[in-house]
This record gives sequence, C-alpha cells and structure tokens, in this order.
Amino acid sequence: MIDVRGLTALAVADGVRVGKWRARDVVEPYLDRIAQLDGALGCYLRVDADGARRQADAVDAACKGGRDPGPLAGIPLGIKDIFCTRGVETTCASKILRGFVPPYESTVTARLGAAGAVALGKLNMDEFAMGSSTENSAFQPTRNPWSPAHVPGGSSGGSAAAVAASLCAGATGTDTGGSIRQPAALCGVVGVKPTYGRVSRYGVIAFASSLDHPGPFGRTVEDAAALLEVMSGLDPLDATSIPQPVGGYRQAARSGREGLAGVRLGVPQEYFQPGMDPEVETAVRAAIDELARAGAQIVPVSLPHTKYAIATYYLICTAEASSNLARYDGVRYGHRAEQVRSLEELYTHTRGEGFGAEPKRRIMLGAYVLRAGYYEAYYGKALRARRKIADDFSAAFAACDAIVTPTSPVPAFKFGERTADPLAMYLADVYTVAPDLAGIPALSQPCGLTRAGLPIGLQTIGPALGEEICFRVAGAFEARTDWHTRLPPEPAL
Amino acid sequence: MSVADYEVVIGLEVHVQLATRSKIFSWSSAAFGGEPNTHTDPVCLGLPGTLPVLNRAAVDSAVRLGLAAGCTIRRRCRFARKHFFYPDLPKGFQISQFDEPICDGGAIKFRLHGEPHEVALTRIHLEEDTGKNIHAAAGVSFVDYNRAGVPLCEIVSEPNIRSAEEAAEYVRAVRSLVRYLGIGDGNMEEGSLRCDANVSLRVRGAAAYGTKAEIKNMNSFKNVRDAIEHEVKRQATLLDRGERVAQETRLWDPARGVTQSMRSKESAHDYRYFPEPDLPPLVVTEQQLTDFRAALPELPEDRFARYTGPGGLTPQDAGVLIADHEIAGYFDAVVAAGAPPKRAANWVINEVLARVSHIPDLAFDNPGLEVGPSALAELINLIEDGTLSGKLAKDVFARMWTERRTAGDLVKAEGLAQVSDGAALEEICKRIVAAHPEEAARVQSSPKLIGFFVGAVMKETGGKGNPKAINDILKRLLGS
Repeated sequence: MIDVRGLTALAVADGVRVGKWRARDVVEPYLDRIAQLDGALGCYLRVDADGARRQADAVDAACKGGRDPGPLAGIPLGIKDIFCTRGVETTCASKILRGFVPPYESTVTARLGAAGAVALGKLNMDEFAMGSSTENSAFQPTRNPWSPAHVPGGSSGGSAAAVAASLCAGATGTDTGGSIRQPAALCGVVGVKPTYGRVSRYGVIAFASSLDHPGPFGRTVEDAAALLEVMSGLDPLDATSIPQPVGGYRQAARSGREGLAGVRLGVPQEYFQPGMDPEVETAVRAAIDELARAGAQIVPVSLPHTKYAIATYYLICTAEASSNLARYDGVRYGHRAEQVRSLEELYTHTRGEGFGAEPKRRIMLGAYVLRAGYYEAYYGKALRARRKIADDFSAAFAACDAIVTPTSPVPAFKFGERTADPLAMYLADVYTVAPDLAGIPALSQPCGLTRAGLPIGLQTIGPALGEEICFRVAGAFEARTDWHTRLPPEPAL
Repeated sequence: MSVADYEVVIGLEVHVQLATRSKIFSWSSAAFGGEPNTHTDPVCLGLPGTLPVLNRAAVDSAVRLGLAAGCTIRRRCRFARKHFFYPDLPKGFQISQFDEPICDGGAIKFRLHGEPHEVALTRIHLEEDTGKNIHAAAGVSFVDYNRAGVPLCEIVSEPNIRSAEEAAEYVRAVRSLVRYLGIGDGNMEEGSLRCDANVSLRVRGAAAYGTKAEIKNMNSFKNVRDAIEHEVKRQATLLDRGERVAQETRLWDPARGVTQSMRSKESAHDYRYFPEPDLPPLVVTEQQLTDFRAALPELPEDRFARYTGPGGLTPQDAGVLIADHEIAGYFDAVVAAGAPPKRAANWVINEVLARVSHIPDLAFDNPGLEVGPSALAELINLIEDGTLSGKLAKDVFARMWTERRTAGDLVKAEGLAQVSDGAALEEICKRIVAAHPEEAARVQSSPKLIGFFVGAVMKETGGKGNPKAINDILKRLLGS
C-alpha cells in the first residue's frame, strides 16, 4: 500500500496521470488513515468512502480509456462542510442544518471534481465559519495535529488539520476574516485566500457575503496553486465573480525558485506591534531576511488604518451574517422545533435550539448594527472605513509588489483558552481581516516552529488579482527552506 | 362635519408582475399557476449557498415602464435586502430596492371626468415577489413557492390622489400602460397587478397630513373604489367623534363591504435594509435608454390625442378604444383596411366589444378571432358603397361572428344585396301607395305618415331596399 503521509497533491496527480498508480490505490490509504487516526483528531464530520471510491474509479476508467483524467487526477481532497455537495449532507457544523442534503453542487467542488479530484468527505469548522479555533463546531472539536491540547485555528480548522495530518492531500476552505490563512498558519500548511470574486461562492453557504472567499489548502505552495487554478474563474451563477482570465498560478509558484530579483516586498510597521508572540516575530523576521537573500528588495510600507480593521470587520460581517442566517427558520429544511403552538414559536424555538452561541451573538450584533436609524452610524461608517483600508493597500502597492507579514500574532492556543472572551478570540484575526476587507489575495505558508513545536505562518499579500506575485514569493521562500516538509507527529492511537 | 369637510389624501402602491420567462434572480418559470412548488429552483427557494443573478429582462421592463411614465432612470442603482420573517419568504429577506430605486419621479396620465389628468409618481422600483401561504385547515398551512422570485415593479404614487374614483382610474391607467408596453398582463384577479392604498383625511385647508391607514386586498377596480370610499367614511366618522385614526394595515372584505384591521403598523417590523451584497450595482447605459426610448409603442394618451384630432372621434369613443392596446390595435387595423374611422369606432364599440369577453383575444393577428379587423372593414365598406343596408348589416355581422363567413360571401349567397334599382323600387312603391289610398290622402297633413309607406315598401323588399331611394320615390309619388 502507498504511504501517503506527507505526499503532495501534485505527486498524486502526476502518479495517476503517468500510470504509476491508480487513483483507487491512492484513495484507499487515505480512507484507512482517516479510519485509524481521525478519531483522535476530529477533522471529518462525514466521510463519503463510497463516493470517493466511485470518483477514483471514474478517474481510473478515464485513464484506461485513454481520456485525459484532468489536472487534479485522483487527488483526494477534504471539503469544508460549508460547500454544498449534491447528495451529501452539508451542515456548516450547525445543528440547524442537520439533515440538509443539497440537491446541487457548489461551483468549486464541481470544478474540482471535473478536474479529476476525489472528495473524501466533509471537514469540521466553526459553526457557519464563525470563529478562529473550530471550537464553535456544534458537533466536535478538531485537534491540532502538532499538539492535541491545542486548537487548529479556524474557522477552516478541519481543513488545515486534515492536510497537516495527511488525512487528505489538499482541502477547500473559506476565508471571511482569516478562516483559511489563520488555521493554515496554526497547522503548518499552505492556505490561499484569492481576490474577491476570483472563486465562485455559488453553493458556499454564506456567512458574510461581501467578505466570503473560497480558497484552497495544500501541503506546498504549488499544490495550493494547482487547486486554485481549477477553482477560479467566472461563474454565471455568482454575479460577483469576475471575468478576468485566471492566472498561471503553478507557473508563478515554480518561478519563485529562480529567486526574487526585482521584487519589492513591503513590510508594514503596523503588523509588528506589542501583543505579538516573540517567537512568531523572530520567525517572521527571519523569513523576511530569507526573502531578501532570495533577491527581494525589502521596503517599509504603512497601512495606517489597520487599527480600524477589526472593528470594521465585525460591523460588516455581523450585519451580513444576521441577514444571511435569517433563512434558517425551520420551514423548509434542516432543524425544526417540535411542539410549537404558533408561527412565532416555530421561529424562536427552531432558531433558539438550532444555532450555537456564536451565531446567536453575531445575529444579535448584526441586527443591532442594521436597525433603522443607525445604518449610517454603524454599517455606513464601516463601509467608509473599509474603503480607507483598501486605499491603504493601493497606496502601499505603489511602492511594493507584495506585502509580507505574520499570519497570526500567536501560534496555536489551547482549547478553552479564549472561548470565555469573544473579544480576545476576535483579535486572533488582526493580521488577516484587512485583506478580506480589501478583497485582495493573501497566502499563508509555514515559516517556522516554536520551541514547543507549534507552526508559525508567513503571510504574503498581493494587489487585486495579484495571486501570481503571492505564489512567486511563497514559491521562492519554499524553495529555500524546508518548513513545508516538516510533518506533525502521528496521533497516538 | 361631513365627509365633504375633509380632504381625502390617497397614495397608491401598485405592484405589477413582469411577464418575463424566468424569475428575477433565477431560472425557474415565472408563469402564473402550475402545480404548487413546480416553478422552483434552489435559488428562489433560498437554499443555503445559492446566489441571485439578475434577469436583465426584468430590468428592461422596468426601464421601459419608467420611460413611458416620464421618470428619471438611474444610470446606476442598487438592490437592498428587506428583512422580515414569514413562511412565504424563503430567505428571511426580500430583495428589493430601498434608497436607490431604478426610476424616480414621473407621472401616470389619464382622463378624469373627460379632462386630462395626471398623478405624480414618487418612484418605481424592482423587487422579487414572495410565495403564497395556503391555509388548509385549522393548524395546517402549506406554502407554494411558485410565485417566489417572480419579478415585480412597485409603482409608488405621491399622496396626491383625492378621491376613490380618481384612485380607481389611476389603477386602470397603470394597468393600461403595463399592457400597452407588453411588460405584464395586469390581471388583478390573478394578482399580477396588486394595489395597496394609503388613505388619510385632513380638515380642508390643513397643512399637515392625518394619520393614514394602509388598505390591502383590493383585487379589482371596483374593489379599489369601494374600499377607499368605505375607508374615507370610516375615518370621517372617527374624526367626527373626536377619535383618532390608528396607523395600521386594514384588509378589504369585498363580501361584507368593510375594511378590517390586520396589524398595527406601530408594532411593525424594522426591515433592517442594507445593500444586497450578492448583486453588483445595476447599470443602465445611455445607449440602452436611447434604444428603449426609440422603441416605445404609442402610449394611451398619445393615441387618444390622435383619435380625437380634427374630424376625429368623440372623446367618449376614443376613451373606450384606448383603454386596452388590443382594442386600439384592432380599431387601427379596421381603419387601415379602409373603413372610415367614425363608422369603424361604432362597429368596434357596439358590436365587437359586446361579443368579446377576453380582451386579449382581440389581438389583430389572433387566428382564432371570430371576426378579424379586415373582415369588419369589408362589411363596413359594403354599407358605405350602398351594397348592404345598415339594418341588414347587423344581422350579417352576427352571422359572420357565429358562422365565420365573410360579409361578401353572406351577401352574395343569401341575396342580401340592397335593392337600389329605381324601376323595381318605383314599381313596388306605386303598388303600396295604390293599396293605401286613405293614408296617401293624409300624408299632406301628417308628414310622419311617410314612415308608414317606407316601412311597408321595405317589408316588401325583404329589408333589402335602399331606404334613401325608397324615401325619394315615395315623396315624389305622394307629392310631399
């Protein structure tokens, strides 16, 4: 049997495409690993072994028939449970969606499937993607593969942990305030949040519509690039998707190996502030030095409105969330309260029982933000601050080609450490929310380990549609370091 | 005080369903009816993860309506989410427009008591319709989402309407405009045109508006008039007693002829409007406006002016003809086929409209129509050239309608051509005069008796005699 621990997604696809192995031969060891190890990690909410085998067999049949099995042939992927999958229960890790089986497929998963990827199952997350630790899942915790006492980050914690633990070769996630990059950093894998509109949101259960960015997780920069190339592109089912041609992300990642001569990298002073873990700062500064040695010119830049990013983000995301979550009323699908005596009770009981504490908190905050007469004071002002934050980036990109920062001010924290204080949890997003507000691409990749053995992430931010420069910088760093080859210890059985 | 001491203040919100093929934000059919929940798709059902995509055909309809009503069309506008919980609202919010409607201002023009009149509009905006709750039995309700996502134009008038009659005529004019433009069928019974009225009273001369009540469930022009008339009386009675009018929504009960309180507006929803993040701003280009303006059809009031021009129709006849674009189109086609306009108007109004129950059947290219415009023109021209008498023509028309034969065919086959042959008529006249010497002697003193002789001759000719010729001959013979 193939040892898939540490295997890259592109190694899987290359092997399938040249006939070195069959897709089915790759899927089985992943299914075995999940069966053996995921009890300890809790990455998967649902494993679709039959579906995965069916898809793998279809890839093998294509190969056998001389047809192109696709660029992602046989790559076993984990799918964040926020992506609707036809015929496979999709819950967003919420009780209110328990039993919901979508009659349609998200554009992202449909495109991945059409490119030959194989979906192993649905991954755990914070309920409705609200959180930074995956502790808000209504169903189970997910443990950080590097240390079971620590969280994997969130909201795409199941995705990051599953890739880190080789329970899939790549994964999908969504990033609204950092929900791809922060768990990628905390689990030592690569996570990419593309430009807003670059990847279709159709079939991705909405948290905050103007901020939701679907994107990939990979073990390497090129793995993530290959997945993003397939996920990206105009989608007639998403009116906010953009028509520009998709870039050559894999090529950009590979080009980083040639160094970064002529590339100006901005380092924003506002991202190195008190409160940052010293080990994180040391690792990120070392990474920036490495990028300089690769030929990049390091320039200081300023993003002066960064201090408003968290407040702006929480006004917008709660407002949009309160609206997006209004549809869960027990009338058509998902959870419905029993024994109600009136329509009013159907709503209040269904929503009271179905939503966890964090969605309830955000629905209430959002309803408050949007109440009549206060729109300008809160939502309107947040939109203006959002514009200022985006303008900061535009100004900075006049002086540099990409910006490098820490992904998270701290490495993974322990379970329960921040759940008592929602504000402390919200601050975990301090370096990741601004690119979401600006809608610009950003990537996180491993750049070190703490003395306690916890991963540290380096974030590269590009201008709108500047995914290629992010991949080139990240590819350069990866070519010169071996952090991406480090594997977490195998979970104790 | 009496009702006459109060000024009535009415503002109307008319919802017009747009007759697009698919829904405003998704692909399922927007057609009326269908088995419950068969005209649905994941988007209009608001299933998780689905997204709205704007149907440009709905935008085109709204822009054309706005241009026809003289509105200012926004070159860039936004959709907004309007939040409330109701089972027929799948997403917990309705995608509508709030502070950026697609059309601002404008007016609906019509005639009131024969005089040109107009009611100013506040705005026209686009939104999606909701589904329908069906209350089956005590404690059991079903929801049909076929209607959810059907495109609507909401036409909001200024509060400038001053009577129930004016309100009803306004709604009639909106319906007429919608049908002229072909953007909807304006069927109030099926709910494809719905009207809510905001009604308040104030003492004549007062500057401030009184408290208004919103009246719903008026599904015919008559309902609009009756409901508002009733509401005005109800409010006047309250004010006379020194009581205040509650700000509330009231439902018209046509069976009982009263409005009833539905819910209090004071405890109503905060709709928490905010811009719809799933839809980019809606842009209308100058070129689109130019193209739509050039392609607008002749509108009801323009048609009225054309019909009532010098030597034209009476305002009454013109008013009847322009009420529906199919009637006007039919009339125009009869005239185009050579019939004189006044005579054509008489025939269309008195004979054709009396027989047609479903106005859209009058579409001049409807092959199923009993008597098409050119067939009617042929009949009229047979009267004009003296071939057919006016009296017989009505019977011929009736047979054309039921037997689907042409006038020419009926006249020839049945020998209905008018007898204008002088010698033959003279022969008959002489015979009749000779047979009635007493009456003939009295004609000099009572000229009305000539009618007796004309009738008798006409009877003899089987109704086919040319009345004018008969009259002339008899006058000569009787020396009157």
